[in-house]
Amino acid sequence: MSTAYVIKGARILGGDPADIVVRDGVIAEIGANVNTEGAEVVEAEGLIALPGLVDLHTHLREPGREDAETVESGTRAAAMGGYTAVHAMANTDPVADSAGVVEQVWRLGREAGYCDVQPVGAVTAGLKGERLAELGAMADSAAGVRVFSDDGHCVSDAVIMRRALEYVKAFDGVVAQHAQEPRLTEGAQMNEGEMSAALGMRGWPAVAEEAIIARDVLLAQHVGSRLHVCHVSTAGSVEIIRWAKSKGCRVTAEVTPHHLLLNDGLAASYDPIYKVNPPLRTADDVTALRHALADGTIDVVATDHAPHPVEAKETEWAVAAMGMIGLETALSVVHEAMVETGLLDWAGVAERMSLAPARIGRLSGQGRPLEAGSPANITLYDPSPRRAVDPAAMASKSRNTPYAGLELPGRVVATFLRGRATVLEGKLQ
Amino acid sequence: MKRHLISAADLTRDDALLVLDTAEELARATEGSMKKLPTLRGRTVVNLFFEDSTRTRISFEAAAKRLSADVINFSAKGSSVSKGESLKDTALTLEAMGADGVVIRHGASGAPHRLANWVKGSVVNAGDGTHEHPTQALLDAFTMRRRLGDLEGRKVTIVGDILHSRVARSNVLLLNTLGAEVTVVAPPTLLPVAIDTWPAEVSYDLDAVLPKSDVVMMLRVQHERMNASYFPTVREYSRRYGLDAERMARMADHAIVMHPGPMNRGVEIAAEVADSVRSTIVEQVANGVSARMAVLYLLLGGSEPAIGKEVSQS
Repeated sequence: MSTAYVIKGARILGGDPADIVVRDGVIAEIGANVNTEGAEVVEAEGLIALPGLVDLHTHLREPGREDAETVESGTRAAAMGGYTAVHAMANTDPVADSAGVVEQVWRLGREAGYCDVQPVGAVTAGLKGERLAELGAMADSAAGVRVFSDDGHCVSDAVIMRRALEYVKAFDGVVAQHAQEPRLTEGAQMNEGEMSAALGMRGWPAVAEEAIIARDVLLAQHVGSRLHVCHVSTAGSVEIIRWAKSKGCRVTAEVTPHHLLLNDGLAASYDPIYKVNPPLRTADDVTALRHALADGTIDVVATDHAPHPVEAKETEWAVAAMGMIGLETALSVVHEAMVETGLLDWAGVAERMSLAPARIGRLSGQGRPLEAGSPANITLYDPSPRRAVDPAAMASKSRNTPYAGLELPGRVVATFLRGRATVLEGKLQ
Repeated sequence: MKRHLISAADLTRDDALLVLDTAEELARATEGSMKKLPTLRGRTVVNLFFEDSTRTRISFEAAAKRLSADVINFSAKGSSVSKGESLKDTALTLEAMGADGVVIRHGASGAPHRLANWVKGSVVNAGDGTHEHPTQALLDAFTMRRRLGDLEGRKVTIVGDILHSRVARSNVLLLNTLGAEVTVVAPPTLLPVAIDTWPAEVSYDLDAVLPKSDVVMMLRVQHERMNASYFPTVREYSRRYGLDAERMARMADHAIVMHPGPMNRGVEIAAEVADSVRSTIVEQVANGVSARMAVLYLLLGGSEPAIGKEVSQS
């Protein structure tokens, strides 16, 4: 029999205070002054209750790069960030392109127990872009894969992309594209523009992302498939997705927290902590992404949590690894970029960080509204404190956060996964 | 002056003039048979070269030695770097050896910025990737001043691969600081997309710009650009953007031709141009030592004056 909890006085989606009774893994009741007998009381006055967050884009690095992150350390970081489910990207070593590997990752997630780990399957064997991986075998495996992505690589061959989009319809899958035209980005280091021209770094043109998105929305429209666009980073991409949605294309899109807050001016330090794929773009792009997330053109916030060991970042920019960790700061960054600016309310945050990602990933037990009968996946967030980000205090095995020392609002106080507290009073349980 | 010289933008107008005036003094003081000054005795300068560049390395080496500094040459080939040692570990090694100044040439843009985080001594950028080469810009400005006098209002045209040129970046910044008017000329493929944000005019037409130029600086066409569709063929590049005798004849009488070297004779510059009286190419090499002496002196020399006490007057 698991512990029963009464969460007292939490503001569900930022609304009026209410008590949430959690029993047997589900939300048993929501009301005022509920009976607390036999239950552990969690004082939640002033805290905002959100449905447990769901990440569509996480790199857990296991198997293969356990020095950077493991399923256990990555899911601990996820729980600390308020997540109850993460989608583990396929670019591990070996690549998650077979039923065996996705089942291994899925099982490691269940054993760790901090959040649900839903493996993403590779689109092509070995992420090589040449022939389809056994998508059906991964879909039928215990892991029940529904999201397929070669993330880190673009499925650049138009025929392979078309076939993948078509093939996954058989099991209601979705192809999540890393949109990056490879020839236009050979050796690319940072956004191509004023900063790259001044810093003498090989530019990463916005058109390399936009051209692939334009092609893919047309392909998805043509074959009637679902397409998801990973980490949208440019104002032009937003325009294309907006147009595609207006034409009825079944496209969804994500934006990362870092693309909502940071811009390419940071590259002037040549500190590769800011090196990421896709690159940080201009302040105008940041503004366009925020508005696209607010108006629904971009459906979800996904972290692209990409852990790297210290030595992969303490280098010259050109040889440094691309990516930044984000699970433990995502909610605070969205708070800063979207809520403090008045672009989103907390219901909007819940939609974009829990409900919509669960829908896109077809996770039935996640991203449910906080109401009686829903699985008790709950995040309690204290919006009031501002604190400087301390990499040393993070649960992730890696420290490559771009926010070190930056003051951000809010703190995840508690996370419940099907009624079990994974985080309480800001500490892992 | 700042503690490091990483970008030409690190120099204010006063800093730049101080370097150029100091270089002039040092050149004069060492032009006789007595080539050595005791100024940096006991200081250690490390030449940290991750790219082959004999010209720049020996120029820095000569500059440091003429100031009586101890010089350690550290080239990446055959060293622990070729065995995979990181820049940070190399930096910590140099730090432990007590380097007062580190002169770094590196293939990655920004490597000197990174190095400056890890060493206490002064860092001098001797060329980083496709970013900057500030001492080249200083020696170029020094050369122009010797030939033409004050650079205020002078028209300098830089021709060639602006996109990948660290020489161009540093020259545009420094010449702008010194009040010169810069025009860059290149095929559009070899200009950064944001070239309109630079303090320079842009032209695709060399012939239109030549008669108005006081200085024409030709840049080397790198071999790796030749087969990457930046331009159709080397011959077409040479026809449109090369400086031959016929084009040179359209320049003003006083105008000079510069090239940072090494040259591709017959590609961006014709032999008769390179060897003409307008050409400053050999002077640039000699002036490089003076300019680098001035930089090392000003960064490492502390409070001791190099020669006279009036070096900051101009």
